[in-house]
Amino acid sequence: MTEWGEKSPSISSQSDRRALLLEKAIFQHQYRKEALLEILHSAQEIYGFFDKDLLLYIAKSLKLPPSHVHGVATFYNFFKLKKPGTHTCTFCLGTACFVRGVERIIVAAEQEFNVKRGETRADGKLSLFITRCIGACAMAPNAIVDDQVVGKATPEAVIERIRSAIGDDRA
Amino acid sequence: MKPADLTKLAERDLDFRRAYRYRINVCCSSGCLPFGSLKVLEAFEDAVKEFGVNGQCQVARTGCIGTCYVGPAVVVDPGDHVYQKVTPEDAREIVKEHIVNGTPVKRLLCINESFFKKQARLVLRNAGRIDPFKIEDYLAVGGYGALVKCLTKMTTKEVIDEVSASGLRGRGGAGFQTGKKWDFVARAQGSPKYVVANLDEGDPGVFANRTLAEADPHAIVEGMLIAAYALGADKGYIYIRAEYPLAIQTLKKAIEQAKSLSLVGGNVLETPLKFDIELRLGAGAFVAGEETAILSSIEGHRAMPRPRPPYPATSGLFGKPTLIQNVETLANVPLIIVNGGAWFSRIGSPKCTGTKCFSLTGKVASPGLIEVPMGITLREVVYDIGGGVAENRKFKSVQVGGPSGGCLPESFLDLPIDYESLTKAGAIMGSGGIVVMDDKSCMVDTAKFFTEFCVDESCGKCVPCRVGLLKLKEMFDEITAGKGKMEYLHLFEESGEFIREASLCGLGQTAPNPILTTIRYFKDEYVQHIAERKCPAGKCFEVEKEAT
Repeated sequence: MTEWGEKSPSISSQSDRRALLLEKAIFQHQYRKEALLEILHSAQEIYGFFDKDLLLYIAKSLKLPPSHVHGVATFYNFFKLKKPGTHTCTFCLGTACFVRGVERIIVAAEQEFNVKRGETRADGKLSLFITRCIGACAMAPNAIVDDQVVGKATPEAVIERIRSAIGDDRA
Repeated sequence: MKPADLTKLAERDLDFRRAYRYRINVCCSSGCLPFGSLKVLEAFEDAVKEFGVNGQCQVARTGCIGTCYVGPAVVVDPGDHVYQKVTPEDAREIVKEHIVNGTPVKRLLCINESFFKKQARLVLRNAGRIDPFKIEDYLAVGGYGALVKCLTKMTTKEVIDEVSASGLRGRGGAGFQTGKKWDFVARAQGSPKYVVANLDEGDPGVFANRTLAEADPHAIVEGMLIAAYALGADKGYIYIRAEYPLAIQTLKKAIEQAKSLSLVGGNVLETPLKFDIELRLGAGAFVAGEETAILSSIEGHRAMPRPRPPYPATSGLFGKPTLIQNVETLANVPLIIVNGGAWFSRIGSPKCTGTKCFSLTGKVASPGLIEVPMGITLREVVYDIGGGVAENRKFKSVQVGGPSGGCLPESFLDLPIDYESLTKAGAIMGSGGIVVMDDKSCMVDTAKFFTEFCVDESCGKCVPCRVGLLKLKEMFDEITAGKGKMEYLHLFEESGEFIREASLCGLGQTAPNPILTTIRYFKDEYVQHIAERKCPAGKCFEVEKEAT
């Protein structure tokens, strides 16, 4: 077994522009332990999600126990520990969206695309996520398809948007 | 740059603004963006050029004016003409008719006087009036004037006294006297001292702080600078949710611009004050909004609260004296300095001065962001400003204060909104969420939803919150599956009280509020669910419905 964090992040086989970017981000924070959250944010921006090697690498760089880095990464909902699909649809489950019936839309999307909330479809094309309030409550219910907010959403509108995003033209 | 130079610059910016006869403010905050407001902005810019009026009409990208229900919203000054649901095609018509011919386009005007009439926009004074990405706009409306006044005419003690005299209380929820807090930090021994602006608006259903940051980021920066001057602080952090990309952009830009005018950084306006501001991104943890948890998060740990004392005022961030203040509180400060504490103390009710921003959402006819004087009644907010329940349905309940606020029935509509009255009724001010529910909402289902939220967001430090809430959730699951028992009602109350008493931080202490208030005011619904297995609103018992 290699020593923890010895191997650069999982993508070591690829030409490593990303590893360089991460190294640069860590350097900018001067390897300070208290910058862990900032560095996790940068790492997620670069890699999209965290796997074990990436977390270990960060732990090693900042001279932090791996358990601490893992603990922090899992504590915050924003950090993804599983590879998301190529396209994502995030449903807002804030109070306003709840009161205005977002649940109905989530169920419809789950059935339509055959994937459960919080999971990625087998073909890796689509992930459904739940978030607690994006703060666009006046337009509730809200869904976000690939960074585009769908306000005053209906099941039809969201399904339509997801379909065109994943290029699924099955009527 | 010296204070006098800044004043001159502000005058120049104001002259520049006055040179235009008309100003078209296009709301481009998170509420209007999904409806294509950037395209509308572009259309306006093209149209003023097309009609050759770009010399007399300024087109500006601004923040939210509050009427989120009719987005994209556009305000044409002078005259405060609010246009609703504007499309790029409408933009051309507005320029042609309103700017060139001088007659407002009646078809598109948003006529809702009552929405604005009972509001008092102090914190949101500039929202929808200035471009959040331009410091010139903020300077033109008198921005940073309060800072100049502090630096040139007031001692640190005078600043704190003025804030104390205003009676301003923390807008983050607890309602602690701001002046007192400042005094504690100013007296505290230790260096450096920190100022933390709390923009971790994790409460679902609340977007007041986000809107403020998107519309007027410099007001927050100025408030922090004044606090830094009064307390002798060296460094400031703005802790903001990562889920607010636009607000992050506006704040980043604001700090950058303030630095370029030597308002932030070393020797602010060539005075001895040194104050640097950094942004810190949250990562989706509701509990991080708690006063001590936010500190843990900035230090790079899990956002878990710490016991108090020691209070952050003496031992906060990295063990140093720290002022933690909600951004709304900070945005009030420049106003207090300019107009005086006595002026501020006359607004609102005697014990609870000033205004409060609320996100008015749920089943209300005109949802949006509002700012009202303290002491206004819930009825005025829901019916006069919000236009009553949407689709003319029957009012059932109003939930005040985010996921751990209480659900109040119709009989409480005449309750004045202030910290004490709300707490007495079982709700909280929280960070200012008002969610209206109609007869289609099931109160048991609603209480279950909030409990699930708090179970998810409990940090796990205190057993009563971590385990207790989970137990309550399981009881809800049983009730909504038709397996509830009558004794649960008593158990809810008993455990709820216990969780409230035995938890360390605000999350655990308020998490049982929705359950306790729904049992207090809507007991019948619980009884119906348990005894008759009936859900009057038709929300629960999905499984059984499918089976039959």
